[in-house]
Amino acid sequence: MDLKLKIWRQKNANDKGKMVDYPISNVSPDMSFLEMLDVLNNELIEKGESPVSFDHDCREGICGSCSLYINGEAHGPDRLITSCQLHMRTFKDGETIVIEPWRAKAFPVIKDLVVDRSAFDRIQHAGGFISVNTSGNTIDANTIPIEKADADDAFMAATCIGCGACVASCKNSSAMLFVGAKVSQFALLPQGQVEATDRVLNMVKQMDEEGFGNCTNTGACEVECPKGISLENIARMNREYLSASFKG
Amino acid sequence: MSGILNSSIGRKFAMALSALFLMVFLLQHFSINILSVLAPDTFNDVSHFMGTFWVIQYLLQPVLILGVIFHFVMGFVLEIKNNKARTISYAKNNGAANSSWMSRNMIWSGLAILGFMLLHFYDFWVPEINIKFIEGDMSGLIDPNNADSGYRYLEHLQHKFVDGWRVALYVISFVFLALHLLHGFNSAFQSIGANNKYTKGLVGFSKVYAIGIPLGFIFIALYHFFNH
Ligand code: HEM
Ligand code: SF4
Ligand code: FES
Repeated sequence: MDLKLKIWRQKNANDKGKMVDYPISNVSPDMSFLEMLDVLNNELIEKGESPVSFDHDCREGICGSCSLYINGEAHGPDRLITSCQLHMRTFKDGETIVIEPWRAKAFPVIKDLVVDRSAFDRIQHAGGFISVNTSGNTIDANTIPIEKADADDAFMAATCIGCGACVASCKNSSAMLFVGAKVSQFALLPQGQVEATDRVLNMVKQMDEEGFGNCTNTGACEVECPKGISLENIARMNREYLSASFKG
Repeated sequence: MSGILNSSIGRKFAMALSALFLMVFLLQHFSINILSVLAPDTFNDVSHFMGTFWVIQYLLQPVLILGVIFHFVMGFVLEIKNNKARTISYAKNNGAANSSWMSRNMIWSGLAILGFMLLHFYDFWVPEINIKFIEGDMSGLIDPNNADSGYRYLEHLQHKFVDGWRVALYVISFVFLALHLLHGFNSAFQSIGANNKYTKGLVGFSKVYAIGIPLGFIFIALYHFFNH
């Protein structure tokens, strides 16, 4: 396949940055999207140009680092996958592919396609944890009976990999799907009850301070999320937040 | 509880409450207006009652006006905040791939409704206030000195729907109202945290409401245009 790539290049956080055209040929349809970028980078290095920086680690849809906005969608046009799971056969020969970093004030660009997602870490630090005794007397979690439906929903929420596709896709750069998932995974379990009130208040406070937008319930996040995290998690977070606010 | 309006979720909750309130009001407004087609005399009686009963005039009407103002001011606040959350926009963004046009353009459908409401206040509210509180005529009669002249409400309404341009503006505005509600109805329930086993049923009902009510208003406007 021959393709025309349009890629965001930005030397560092302070550089203005611009879109640059890169034609690429002999791309195998069986390559993953990141392998295609590897091929491009090899060519750039051979030509003595600086390679395109992009985040990646596991390359199997687990780590959530491959944050690429491809042809106007987070992780490209396919559903329930990350960029590393996207194959070149999704595209047509001769197609133009636009590749940009996540765009959000709370996710500043570090270089090229790499953004700083430490805002998510700070939200997690604000309340995304439970207190358990880990000094050798740890009680097996399975000794507490949990209703199947709740356990399933909690597990579903816990599959969030913190990739930030929800923020990138949202017209408001809202982080509510991520925070909704991180609140829900504990709100549904007995182990999460001890910190429940503070957790949701503190995490939402941190989310707002980081400069993420407000949810308009467009549902774009749910569609683009590689793990299929549903909007029900945002509704649950809203319930948790409102009842926690009234508790004081 | 303190400063709930300073949080993203609190603002959305308040937005949804004002919106739910407006949707209840809209249903009531429609129920009365449709009487102008089905039972014109009853329409006059109810209009007179609404326009003179003190609970409605001095309690509910101010609450309604404040509710509307709150709703669109908060709509602007959210829009500005949300725009600030993304300072550099995408070179290519395919919003249609993951969300409805209505959901992405609430501010535009809302602004169209706001424009309509200015016209609507000029058409009905300003003359009402003028007759009742400036001229001091609380009788509701076409001729205040003649008890047999009948109520003026239906006549006033019919006068407004003679002008084709005005009718066209009303019809277009109701289309925007439908677009606003097609997303807004369910969105309000999601905002207050009500996403549960009833959501599927609600989605069906929301379509009936969001299309049915504006369509009904359009019918009333056209009915009076063609029957004067
Ligand atoms: C006066 C002009 C109006 C403006 C400027 C306006 C603006 C807006 C905006 C910008 C939103 C989206 C807020 C967000 O979630 O980001 C919204 C939501 C909504 N509006 Fe309006 N609106 C207006 C009138 C109305 C009227 C008359 C109704 C109903 C009769 C209505 C019903 C709703 C509903 C149900 C929502 C969804 C609330 C939610 O998402 O929680 N609006 N409005
Ligand atoms: S909710 Fe989905 S899109 Fe958002 S960070 Fe988690 S996995 Fe990524
Ligand atoms: S590189 Fe880990 S999810 Fe794509």
